[in-house]
Amino acid sequence: MTNIDWILEGEMLDESVWYAFADFCAVLRAERPWVLELVEIGLLEPHGAAPEAWRFAARDLLRARTTARLVNDLGVNLAGAGVILDLLEERRELIARLERIERLIED
Amino acid sequence: MQFKDYYDVMGVARGASQDEIKRAYRKLARKYHPDVSKEKDAEEKFKELQEAYEVLKDPEKRAAYDQLGANFRQGQEFRPPPDWGKGFEFSRGGAGPGGGFSDFFSELFGARSPFGGAQPGGGHGARGFAAAGQDHVARVEIDLEDAFRGGTRTIDLRAPEMTADGHVLVKPRTLRVSIPAGVVDGQQIRLAGQGSPGVGGGPTGDLYLEVNIRPHPTFQLDGRDVSVTLPVAPWEAALGETVSAPTLGGPVDMKLPAGARAGQKLRLRGRGLPGATPGDQYVVLKIVLPPDSPRAREIFEQMKREVPFDPRAGLAR
Repeated sequence: MTNIDWILEGEMLDESVWYAFADFCAVLRAERPWVLELVEIGLLEPHGAAPEAWRFAARDLLRARTTARLVNDLGVNLAGAGVILDLLEERRELIARLERIERLIED
Repeated sequence: MQFKDYYDVMGVARGASQDEIKRAYRKLARKYHPDVSKEKDAEEKFKELQEAYEVLKDPEKRAAYDQLGANFRQGQEFRPPPDWGKGFEFSRGGAGPGGGFSDFFSELFGARSPFGGAQPGGGHGARGFAAAGQDHVARVEIDLEDAFRGGTRTIDLRAPEMTADGHVLVKPRTLRVSIPAGVVDGQQIRLAGQGSPGVGGGPTGDLYLEVNIRPHPTFQLDGRDVSVTLPVAPWEAALGETVSAPTLGGPVDMKLPAGARAGQKLRLRGRGLPGATPGDQYVVLKIVLPPDSPRAREIFEQMKREVPFDPRAGLAR
């Protein structure tokens, strides 16, 4: 199928995006208990006190998706996936910072 | 279709033990997993690896695959023998992922093969996940100007597609996608329903588009903030002149504070990338001397004589 005739509008996963618990599960196509477990171990940090009031950020969506891949593809357990996620985020930030500093030095 | 040499993909000998295959998978998965890999073609390599492992880790599939013989080479034209799968006992339902794997795999081990079970969605296999089609991730590179103004991008993808008779073909697919203004580097855009088709009536997967912004010769990005190094003449800095500074939206006039220092950072509020909270632009001053000329020398000589100044007065001696 070619969609060249029209322009697709996606959902930009930035800080303006929030998902209620049910929507979050639907976008992930994950079941509630799995998401609950990720919240319990602190891998996801939704805003709000109770599950009914939880609001998940786009960052949570990306973290949950990466977790699913790490668990499925590499057999990593959830605790290990959490460590990898944090290190990946830290690495991304450090690389970006390093690039900025290198540019400044060049200038 | 082309023959896939799974042993070659995994870098193991045909006689490798199941343990050796597992070890090879772990080693290569670490190297090529798209979330952690630095390799350029990691996504594709990892998919190939998963496909090879799906067959070789399963003794039944491996035995059937081995029967094809060692005469085939990677990439060679291949048709499955008419008696494919005969004489094997299968544990039904063990069919691996269809979405994303080659047509070679789908033909031999996919849902319609003797190895395929009626069980849908063997693909994802993740605990807690329903029988949906696979999500895809694609990357797109854009210029900073496009991130500022927004624009459209044409993306070429290769997607598996099920034919009427149940075969899987990998078909090229082209999408035109709108890139909204204010997208930041590394931002993902979710395109619902643009992933792999679901199995057994499951919903279609989504496409996650990761946007990377190419480095710009003038502007540097930090999230939605941009910074630019602005060369100024010594007298512009000293006297606090109004100078023209480039911004993403076009040049603006900017009044320097009198006595501005080299390296001083000035902020132009809201001149970064647009968004709910628009970014700012930082202007870092760089003082440059005029090119050497008799007149410039004359004036510097005069300053040397008439302006008492020791730039190193604060240094410990």
